[in-house]
Amino acid sequence: MKLTPHSLGPAVGALALALTTLAACADDPAESGDLTVSASDDACKVSITDLDAGPQTFKVTNSGSKVTEFYVYAEGDRIMGEVENVGPGLSRDLVVDLPKGEYEGACKPGMIGDGIRQTINVTGDAAAPLSDSEELQAAADSYSRYVKSQSDALIVKTTEFVDAVKAGDVDEAKALFPVARTYWERIEPVAEKFGDLDPITDGREPDAIAEGVDFTGWHRIEKQLWVENNTDGMDTYADQLLTNVKEIVKLGQETPLTALELAQGSKGLLDEVATGKITGEEDEFSHTDLWDFKANIEGSQAAIASLRPVLEEQDPALVKQLDTEFAALDTELNQYQDTSTGDWVFYDELTPDQVKKLSDAVAALSEPISKVAAVVAASA
Amino acid sequence: MTEPQDRSPVVSRRKLLGAAGAGALIAGAAGAGAGYAAGDQPTAVRADPGALPVTFEGKHQAGIVTPAQDRLYFSVLDVTTASRGDLILLMQDWTRAARQMTAGNDVGELGAVGGAPYAPPEDTGEALGLPPSNLTITVGFGPSLFDDRFGLADLRPERLGDLPTFAGDRLKPELTGGDLVIQACANDPQVAVHAVRNLVRIAFGRASVRYSQMGFGRTSSTSSGQVTPRNLFGFKDGTANIKAEEAKTVDDFVWVQPGDGPDWLVGGSYLVARKIDMRIETWDREALSGQEGIIGRAKGSGGPLSGGDEFDPIDFAVKGDDGEPAIPLKSHVRLAHPDFNDGVQILRRGYNFVDGSNGLGQLSAGLFFISYQRDPEQFSTIQRSLAGSNNDLLNEYIVHVGSGLWACPPGVTADGFWGDTLLS
Repeated sequence: MKLTPHSLGPAVGALALALTTLAACADDPAESGDLTVSASDDACKVSITDLDAGPQTFKVTNSGSKVTEFYVYAEGDRIMGEVENVGPGLSRDLVVDLPKGEYEGACKPGMIGDGIRQTINVTGDAAAPLSDSEELQAAADSYSRYVKSQSDALIVKTTEFVDAVKAGDVDEAKALFPVARTYWERIEPVAEKFGDLDPITDGREPDAIAEGVDFTGWHRIEKQLWVENNTDGMDTYADQLLTNVKEIVKLGQETPLTALELAQGSKGLLDEVATGKITGEEDEFSHTDLWDFKANIEGSQAAIASLRPVLEEQDPALVKQLDTEFAALDTELNQYQDTSTGDWVFYDELTPDQVKKLSDAVAALSEPISKVAAVVAASA
Repeated sequence: MTEPQDRSPVVSRRKLLGAAGAGALIAGAAGAGAGYAAGDQPTAVRADPGALPVTFEGKHQAGIVTPAQDRLYFSVLDVTTASRGDLILLMQDWTRAARQMTAGNDVGELGAVGGAPYAPPEDTGEALGLPPSNLTITVGFGPSLFDDRFGLADLRPERLGDLPTFAGDRLKPELTGGDLVIQACANDPQVAVHAVRNLVRIAFGRASVRYSQMGFGRTSSTSSGQVTPRNLFGFKDGTANIKAEEAKTVDDFVWVQPGDGPDWLVGGSYLVARKIDMRIETWDREALSGQEGIIGRAKGSGGPLSGGDEFDPIDFAVKGDDGEPAIPLKSHVRLAHPDFNDGVQILRRGYNFVDGSNGLGQLSAGLFFISYQRDPEQFSTIQRSLAGSNNDLLNEYIVHVGSGLWACPPGVTADGFWGDTLLS
């Protein structure tokens, strides 16, 4: 599903501009009709696929029955812009500044998989080449947009989860637990920057006992849901979880990750997989580890995608290796997802041999990922 | 990047030795690494041949007739790439790293501490400041490597198949077979582990570890200059082993000769490994005379029960006071002896192991048996004599839980790499 490298323009800059400030773009004379995206459960129709370089507004309408997302990808699935969580019957706008090049628009009905894709050609003046520092800034900005989109969905889904817990709806809470955590796990490096909030939100029971503090957060509620099969006494924990998630999101947006932190984060996410998910330790009560596993990988991939122009310039062989190993890991992992429901196999249903194969694929990717930070640092 | 390189890393353990006198004297103190204690002159203690490097290149791989070092780290891997090109690159990368490590150098161009601050070090670093410690690294190819993945099926030696099932085998799949083997031996366990750890790291994405085994207290002598060591049953083991000095015996029984099979393996050898659990606690309750009767040798001297000292010839005809053979018919030494196995010999190179204790508080210990032979049938002949409850009395106290057979290619030339005769 990757774009071919030859078709793409030079490194892209200034794409961060103004998700909020531009309304003026739609009056581009080249576009007679509105730029719309008609998304359904099995189709994704972008109304105009030859665009002029510059800011564009995609009006995304979901006529299907599943919640959808729309992404605009550059080569290597680098996210140029996205809207998450477009419910059935709803419309949302995506504003994105596209320099000359070839892109893909992708709808993800059910918010899973690689999406239904369509090629978008952007012509016009190529963006001016960026200096190294501008490139790093562009990478950080690109990732900030990713964090923003994930954060919005995280708050929405965490709210739904918390509501279900407080309403005593055990089945609904169990169903929402891994889904809400997906958004959390994708941007975990952001949460980990805030030392006090991470443990009370995503801490594990033995650590809480060792520290002599109350066991709180995601896993406290997980334990109640799966071990006791009820939500007794969870109201406080649920409220506290939502408060802390919102606080982390706020802090994360106030102090975005630098390009170097982003590089380290891409490795950190894989370390999370290697130490927490591959062992089934993370979600020891629910065994929903593969949801988290996939989300960590997606987060790591998003970080690498943001850094791609920098890496392409400094170490193209490394980029090639990363693409290969990400693809191999995806192949290994995705066989455990039910593509109709989006649900993953529970960790305790995996055989030791299957776990070993996943572990091998993670290790194969982790080696090249561990080299990314030095490339970014050398480029600074 | 694909070119073989032998640049000195920033911290060279070999240089450290050289500074102390052409490698003849060792820097006695670990931790006197030149990298971070440049001002401290290492105290030259004494000549210690056990600290020196062993030549990596040669007609045969090192680590076979090389005098057995004290420590073993042994890893079995499965190739995870489906690309023949990747397999060749892996062998080239491994060879380059092995040249560096066996010489006492760091892995890579920049080594353990010479790299960029945001990059993970090329070498893992735990061998900094340690002498080469006779490190040898020996690799071999299992039968499964010759399936349809890499186009090697036609080059599989006929003798490289699965070992037969022997009576009493209790093999665990996770300790049996494997595409590749690395045997690292050194007089310092940290040096041996460092070697395998770095090779495994280099292999991520191309090969994955199936199992690993740490060993200590070599259980065989492979040189007449070495004292015979003891196994965990307390007996001298390997008294009658093939010794490196016996050139004709080595050629007859260890190295693959022209005409034995495919040419690529000439000068190589077959490696058999068997993980043998010992029932330590019950053995320890056996009377001294019982233990000696089971083995067929005196526990103290190692001399045969037919009389004489350790290296005196064994007389299987001698009878004891009770009229029974002095060396019992089902004793280990009798059943394993060439006289009862068509004259067949093997080069044993095993190690003791202790993997802690089991849930019952019993020692998880035994012998990690390794032998090298010109033809795996040599091992099978002897093992058939020994195996099963009606044969070797020792079988009451041991159980084979792991097994493997690999073809170890010949030695590496100055510009060659492991397996080049097979893969080029």
